[in-house]
Amino acid sequence: MAAQSTAESRVPVLAAKGLHKQYGQIVALEDTDLEVYAGEVLAVIGDNGAGKSSLIKVLSGAVIPDKGQVFLNGRHVNFTSPSDARQAGIETVYQNLAVVPALSIVENLFLGREIRRRGVLGRVFGALDKKTMLRQTTAHMQDLKFRIPTVTQTVETLSGGQAQGVAVARSAAFASKVVIMDEPTAALGVKESGMVLDLIRKIRERGLPIILISHNMPHVFELADRIHIQRLGRRIAVIRPQDYSMSDAVAIMTGAKDIQPAG
Amino acid sequence: MSEPRSSALRLRQLVLTPTVGPVIALVLACLFFASQTGRFLTGSNLSLIFQQSSWVAVLALGQTLIILTAGIDLSCGSVMTLGSLLMVGLSTVNGVNPFVAMGIGFICTAGFGLLNGVLVTRLRLPPFIVTLGTLNIAFALSLIYTVETRVAVDELTFLGNTFKIGSTAIPFSTLAVLGLFLLMWVVLRETAFGRHIYALGSNSEAARLTGIRTGRLLIAVYALAGLIYGFAGLLLIARTGVGDPNAGQTANLDSITAVVLGGTSLFGGRGNVMSTLVGSLIVGVFRNGLQLMGIPSIYQVLITGILVILAVSVDQLSQRAKR
Repeated sequence: MAAQSTAESRVPVLAAKGLHKQYGQIVALEDTDLEVYAGEVLAVIGDNGAGKSSLIKVLSGAVIPDKGQVFLNGRHVNFTSPSDARQAGIETVYQNLAVVPALSIVENLFLGREIRRRGVLGRVFGALDKKTMLRQTTAHMQDLKFRIPTVTQTVETLSGGQAQGVAVARSAAFASKVVIMDEPTAALGVKESGMVLDLIRKIRERGLPIILISHNMPHVFELADRIHIQRLGRRIAVIRPQDYSMSDAVAIMTGAKDIQPAG
Repeated sequence: MSEPRSSALRLRQLVLTPTVGPVIALVLACLFFASQTGRFLTGSNLSLIFQQSSWVAVLALGQTLIILTAGIDLSCGSVMTLGSLLMVGLSTVNGVNPFVAMGIGFICTAGFGLLNGVLVTRLRLPPFIVTLGTLNIAFALSLIYTVETRVAVDELTFLGNTFKIGSTAIPFSTLAVLGLFLLMWVVLRETAFGRHIYALGSNSEAARLTGIRTGRLLIAVYALAGLIYGFAGLLLIARTGVGDPNAGQTANLDSITAVVLGGTSLFGGRGNVMSTLVGSLIVGVFRNGLQLMGIPSIYQVLITGILVILAVSVDQLSQRAKR
């Protein structure tokens, strides 16, 4: 395929080969491959039950595949938990589960990797360096041009789009290799979605590759450099948005239209 | 991100802080009783209120940690009783060194906490059911161990010793309880451990996905609460001078009452330990004040019931307002 011939000469930042995952009688993933290259947005689309979630969970370490391998910059990696993937530089924004409502924006941004104070207080007693975290959060939000009144307000006081923005900003702050986003604009209004899409573009500008799972075809076609189409547990095509229409993509996704198998 | 706007917001957050309501309620109650009887607002009476409230307050401190994780602990009172019986019994009957006996009592209460935590996390049983079970187990073990009320040796009642400020005798237990609350307040506010407790209670799945080991954290919280119940047991011994197998039978509900009156949310993730201290004192002030006014104690129970329903309604309404 056209999109791949140029891409194949480079090493993908994150790649999966021959992933297989079965839950009892239900096959969620069957011999699925995936590649994402530096500086691109790879959209993953598919009908319900096509295996998108399983695929993403394998890449983010939340699910261990029955078969298949994951490569990071060409090196084989074995993720057994989400923290493994995070330590390797892969950040995931989970749908609906991204943020803790009762904590502030700063607290959410650093949740699970709080900066400790120097010396005995921090090392032995786990005392937090709140000042540094506040300063870094403020700087990071300004950097992303993410507008919120103050970063010390709790996330439950934010709108849905702002809360999702916090989750996206967190992933951008800590990801060194790849950001994975699962339906980041689901359940958001038009204006709110626009804010999140802007954040995603800002992250791409930094050269970080993004895997974007979405049902929203206009958003996919607006943002994606390549589109990975998943059907019945398999990758059936990788297309470029400029080569196909949205209805073609949907037709391929649902099986109404055939295309040469990818890879 | 202009400064004046953020300080205005900070002020708004302070006003909305759940501790403010209970503090106002406590002050109003104190003013009311002071106006009704001259014996209320004296140093010795206030010190007495604190002593009467303190062991339930410490149980409620442990309970607060568990409720912050969106759990509940029904076993705290009977676990405390079992711990205190071991401390007294081993040192008087078996001649064990009192401090060793104290240590064994603490190990027992922390062990029950650990058991609760393991059952809740590893078997994924609801905290209500798990602690209902351990409530009965600890209660039965207490009565199997002894049905006698034994007088404690002096080494176990040192917290009841007093010092004087002016003419008011203040027991060391008051200092110890204040110190413990202050310590836990700092731990919850200033450490990663404390912050993760709030995260776990507010959205456990999000907490897990950020890499917090939620299972281990939850077990640690239950075990720590158990250790704190041991301290409540020691306070009870210091206050009464005995190990009584029938003590603390309604203490579990009293501790939940104190937590709720303090404004900590039963949904988890919201509240703090200082409000729990205030909640315990509200109960203590009503009991003491009504007593001084010569009103039968059953009215204190009635008023506590009404206050609990008020406090939970406020919590429920503020939850709905946030959605």
